[in-house]
Order: sequence, then structure tokens, then C-alpha cells
Amino acid sequence: MTPNPYLWLVPLLPLAGAAINGFFGRRSSRKAITAVALVFCGLAFLLAVVIAARFSSASAPYYFNLAHWLRSGSFQVDFSFYLDQLSLVMLLVVTGVGFLIHIYSVGYMWDDDGYYRFMSYMNLFMFFMLTLVLAKNYLVMFIGWEGVGLASYLLIGYWFTKDSAASAGKKAFIVNRIGDFGFLIALFLMIKHFGSLDFTHVFAAVRPLSPETAGTGLLTAIGLLLMVGAAGKSAQIPLYVWLPDAMEGPTPVSALIHAATMVTAGVYMVARSSVIFERAPTAMMVVAIIGTLTALFAATIGIAQTDIKKVLAYSTISQLGYMFMACGVGAFSAGIFHLMTHAFFKGLLFLAAGSVIHGIGGEQDMRKMGGLRLYMPWTFATMGIATLAIAGIPPFAGFWSKDEILWKAFNASWVYWLIGVITAFITSFYMFRLMYMTFGGEYRGAVVQQAHGHDGHDAHGHGQGHGHGEPHESPWVMLGPLVILAVLSVVGGFVGYGNRFEHFLAPVFQGAMEVAQETSHEAVDHTLEYLLMGVSISVAVLGWLLAYLLYSRHPQLPARIAAKLDGLYQAVAHKYYIDELYDALFVKPLIEGSTTILWHDIDQGVIDAAVNDSADAARHVSDNVRHMQSGNLRSYAGWVAAGGAVVIAYMIWMGVR
Amino acid sequence: MVPLSYYLVLSGILFACGVLGFLIKRNIITIFMSIELMLNGVNLSFVAFAAHWHALSGQVFVFFVMVVAAAEAAVGLAIIIAVYRTRETLNVDRVNLLKL
Repeated sequence: MTPNPYLWLVPLLPLAGAAINGFFGRRSSRKAITAVALVFCGLAFLLAVVIAARFSSASAPYYFNLAHWLRSGSFQVDFSFYLDQLSLVMLLVVTGVGFLIHIYSVGYMWDDDGYYRFMSYMNLFMFFMLTLVLAKNYLVMFIGWEGVGLASYLLIGYWFTKDSAASAGKKAFIVNRIGDFGFLIALFLMIKHFGSLDFTHVFAAVRPLSPETAGTGLLTAIGLLLMVGAAGKSAQIPLYVWLPDAMEGPTPVSALIHAATMVTAGVYMVARSSVIFERAPTAMMVVAIIGTLTALFAATIGIAQTDIKKVLAYSTISQLGYMFMACGVGAFSAGIFHLMTHAFFKGLLFLAAGSVIHGIGGEQDMRKMGGLRLYMPWTFATMGIATLAIAGIPPFAGFWSKDEILWKAFNASWVYWLIGVITAFITSFYMFRLMYMTFGGEYRGAVVQQAHGHDGHDAHGHGQGHGHGEPHESPWVMLGPLVILAVLSVVGGFVGYGNRFEHFLAPVFQGAMEVAQETSHEAVDHTLEYLLMGVSISVAVLGWLLAYLLYSRHPQLPARIAAKLDGLYQAVAHKYYIDELYDALFVKPLIEGSTTILWHDIDQGVIDAAVNDSADAARHVSDNVRHMQSGNLRSYAGWVAAGGAVVIAYMIWMGVR
Repeated sequence: MVPLSYYLVLSGILFACGVLGFLIKRNIITIFMSIELMLNGVNLSFVAFAAHWHALSGQVFVFFVMVVAAAEAAVGLAIIIAVYRTRETLNVDRVNLLKL
């Protein structure tokens, strides 16, 4: 039945690579490590391509059962994989972009001491991510879900000797736990009510149910809890705070995990559960509102950031918001479409940013860049393409997917559309601001700086041999992936031309077809669609123009505007003090409570006290009793005789009674 | 026929003498003899009961006690000789190293 008998090999290949590099990498040469990491990851990609080539929509979905896992009465969970149009798209994106970023990492991380560790973690991440997208039931998906969280933690804290990196890793892990809590409760609800976690069983049980219009009910609860999980993993309000900090990791990690793949897992999960969400309108609305708000909110923060990776991080959050907005209005395929194009252009943006950081010796502050178009033309060109793509300028990839989302959002409610368009304007503005600050004007960094200490955020240890006299272009092992991703960012959007992408995914989102049909007779009015398209293009161009005026024509203007809007600017630059708010609301009380109540009162006051006091008592008693052991034989004999006398006396007394 | 109680009283007196000797004497040899005295006091009560109840098990038990006593005498005397060789005394009050 299945033409893809090796489906299970796709996730296991990177696992083998991770194991080999993890166990033997310490003693292997860098070339051997590179070979292992790239070969196993590349094989997974090749296999994915073969599977895609032999994929036929007619007989999808394919199943593959690897092994039994849990058997408990009628409830059973297997290690089984599932391949349909949706997981095929994810499979190709993850392996393809992942492989490119692996290649790039070779150049970027070559001089790092923990090279083998890095490559092993990257492969491990690939394994878990592929498990996540290929899972046939929620529990296997959950393994992947937790696993990518683990890999993310390991890679954010990769430079663990740095305090900020170590705590960023912990922050990511802990914030994700909050989301996972929601996800887990949703799974428990499914087990309780459907007796299964298998996609096919759960969806078959859900399909006959009618939509819960009252706003309460089982499906709404499951949907909302799943959304909590997705908000944690995909950095949505209110759990987005970990993603900007995650930029402490090496830049390839930011590209792979925190832009292209892992953070989109939440979108994938919501899309996968579309059957549930369609029958829970309240949950759908929450998804849409959270997505829309996150898109706008994160975009505004992105305006005032000066760290090149932080801008991209907030941009990622904002774009993820778009995807959730799409899912929330029922346009799941548009969300997945944007997920794909976003993986291309945001992966490219991060890799290009990494190339910039690499080229100027670990500096991430855009105020110390500038003029780099002359020094690194390839990076400039590819990053320019990615910027055009994310800004939504046709015919680049981002335009197609973003326009699709905005059109679908408009059909749901003009409010979503309006906020989406405003966000598109801001997106275009901050991305071109980034371009002008980085590549335009004159180089503002210190050029003659031979013995520079790598005290930048991205202290990748490649400063041993060559001092950074002046910015230089990156090696081809890094530029190659940039160019390929740039090509994808240009042409990637055309798969959505004429709704082909939507039709391809249609079988997965059968329920969503009702929504699509609703819109199709509306869509007869093409003028409206073209009008909206024009609006979104013009706001993108407007954002570009504004960035050009402020950061290229009159570079002194932004500072003056910032000074004039001091309070607002400070609030935005400090990310609306959300971190401080969370700190005061949750972290401080938790630490205070743990310190005073749990640590001092309970741990030291009750548990430690009980143990220590009983030990003290035992010592006190034995201190007195030990004098019995005098070493004098006759005193021992006396004790024995006295004991015997007591026993005899007792027996006599008992006998008398 | 001598009543059973006479034997038991004699046995108790023998045992008490043994205990008393064990407690008040300082010479190891004497203490050792006191132990033998206690054992024989017990032996006497065993045979007395065995004769009184016409049960063989008491007499069998006496043999066991004798065997143990013989073995104990052999080991005990060897230990006493060893102690004497190293400490050059048989006063138990001075053989008191085994303590805190």
C-alpha cells in the first residue's frame, strides 16, 4: 500500500548522525564530524525528496507503523508515522532548509571549540523535528515537541559559560513548559473523551460533532489548550518572551530553530488539529486574535531594536502571528504557505545576518555597521532579496503568502485585515531600516582593531588566527546556502499561484473547504481582491520609502524623532517593559516565595530540621549510653546478669499473675 | 526418692555461685571456671526434669551442653594463653582495651 517504506528512516538518519558525533566527535577530526553531520542530514533530505517524488495525492495519507509502544486496555499508542500533504510540505521544508543551514554551520562554527557538540545537537534537533512533523498520533508528536524544546535549550545555551546564554536557555525551556502544560492537558482530555491519541481516530470521532457555537464545551477546551501549547512553542502573546532572548545562541541555530522550523511547530500543530478547531469557533477566534495582536505588537517592538538579531527575532514573532491569524480565520493552507515561504526568507535573513556578524568580528549592534554592501556584496544581495520577500513586494515569495493571508483575513473580518496591513507596513519599515543601517552609508565600526576581544553577543571563537582589519565577505560554504535560499525566496511564492498550494493541501483541511466555498462565490468579485492586493503592495512600498527617508536620506532624523517621542520611544525600545512586568508579576514572587517559604520555612525549617534534630537526638542519647561500653569485662557481665534478672523477674511476675 | 525441688534448688545455688564468681572474680581462669559452674547448674536441672518427666530430650540436651562446654574450654583456654602471652596478666580489669 505504501510506496514510501523508508519513511521511518527520515527521522532516524539524523539521530544516527547525532549519536555518532555525540559519542565519538570529541576525538574525531573536524572533517570527519562535518562529513557525518552533513551526510546523515543530506541523506534525510534526499530521502524526503524521493518520498515527495513518489508521493501521490490520490492514495494519501500513508501510514507506517514502526513498533508498539503503549498498550493499556483499549487505549494504545504506537510509534507510527503519517504522511499526507501537510506533513510532506513540512518534511521538505525541515529537511531542505535544515540541510542548507547545516552546510552554513560548517563555515560559521568551524573555529569553535565545541564544533562536534554543535553538529551533534543540530542533528538531534533534526531528528526531533522530523518526528514531530511525521507523527501519526499526538503522543509521538509530543515526543518531538519536547525534543525540539530540548535541542533548542541545548543550542541556545551552547555558549554555556556565558551567563546570559545559560539563562536564556533556561528561560526558553521554562516558558515552553507553560505551553506544554496546556498541550498535555489537551491530550488528557482527548484520551478521556475519545480514548485515543491517534490522528485518524480522534478526527473521526470529532468529525460528526457539530460546531460548538455556545462558546463552551469539550472541543473549545481542547482547542484553547492546544493553542496554549502552540503559543509557547511558536512564541505568541503572552509566551513570546523567550524568543528574543534565544538569540543568545549561535546564528545558525537562530535561523534553523528560532525562525525556520521549530517555532512553526505550533502553527503546524494547529493546522494538523484543524478538524478540532473548525468545530470550536471560540477557540478559532482566540487563535486569530492572539495571532493578529502578536503580529502587530512584535512588529512595533522591532522598530526600535538596534541588535540585528533582535530585530529579526521580533520579526519572526510577528510573522508567526500572521500564520496564526491565517489559521484562526480558517485559512490553514494560507498559514502553512506562509510558514513555508517564511522558512525560506527568514532562514535566509538570519543566515545573512550571521554572515554579517561573522564578517565584522562578532558585532551585532547595527549602529556600528553600515556600508557593508561594498565589503560583502553577496550577503547584501541575498539579504536584500529576503527583505523584499518579507516586506511583501511582488513577485517575491512573501508577497504571495502574505497577500493570501490578508485576503482570507479580510473575508473573515476587516479588523484582522486592517491590523495585518498596518503590520505589513511596519514590517516593511523595520526590515528596510535594518538594510539601510547595515549595508547603507559608511562603515561605522572601528576598522583598525587588531587585538579585539570578542565581547560581542555572538562571541563565536573564530578570532584566533586573523584579526578583523576590515569587514570581509564570508566563505562560499556560507554563501552557498544563502544563494540557494535567495532563489527559493524569489520563486517559492509561485507554488501558491492560482491557489495551487491550497488545492494541494485541500484534502488535509477538508473541513475548511466549507469556508473556502463560502469565499469562492465572493471571490467572483476579483476587483476587491486586486484592490486589497494593491493596498498591501503600496503599504510595503510606503514602509520602504519611510525607511529610506529616515535612515538613508536624513540619518539624523530618527534620533530627533526618538527624542521628541521620548516616553513612547523608551517604551518601545524596552519592549514595552514586558520582561520587567513578567519579572515583577511572576519571577520575583516565585523566587521570593521559593526563598522564604519553600527554602527557609519548609526545606530548612521542616525537612532539614526534622532530619537534623533526629540525628542530634540520636547522638545525644548515644553519647550518654556509650559509657556502658567501658571495656571492663565484669561490668559487661553485670549488665548481662542484670538483664537476665529482669527477664526472670518479669516471667515470675507474669506467672504470679 | 528425692523430690524434684531439691535438685532445682541445688541447680539454682550452683548457677548463682557461678554468676557471683563471674562478677566478683578478677582472674580469667576463675571466671572461666564460674562459667563451667553455671553450665553444670543448668545441666543438673535438665537431668532432674528429664528423670521427673521420663523424657529423654533433657538428657540429650545435657550431652549437647557438655560438647559445647568441651569445645568452649578448648577455645577459651587457648584464648587465655594468648592473652597471657601478650599482656602478661590474667586480671580482666586490665584487659580492657576494647572500648570507646
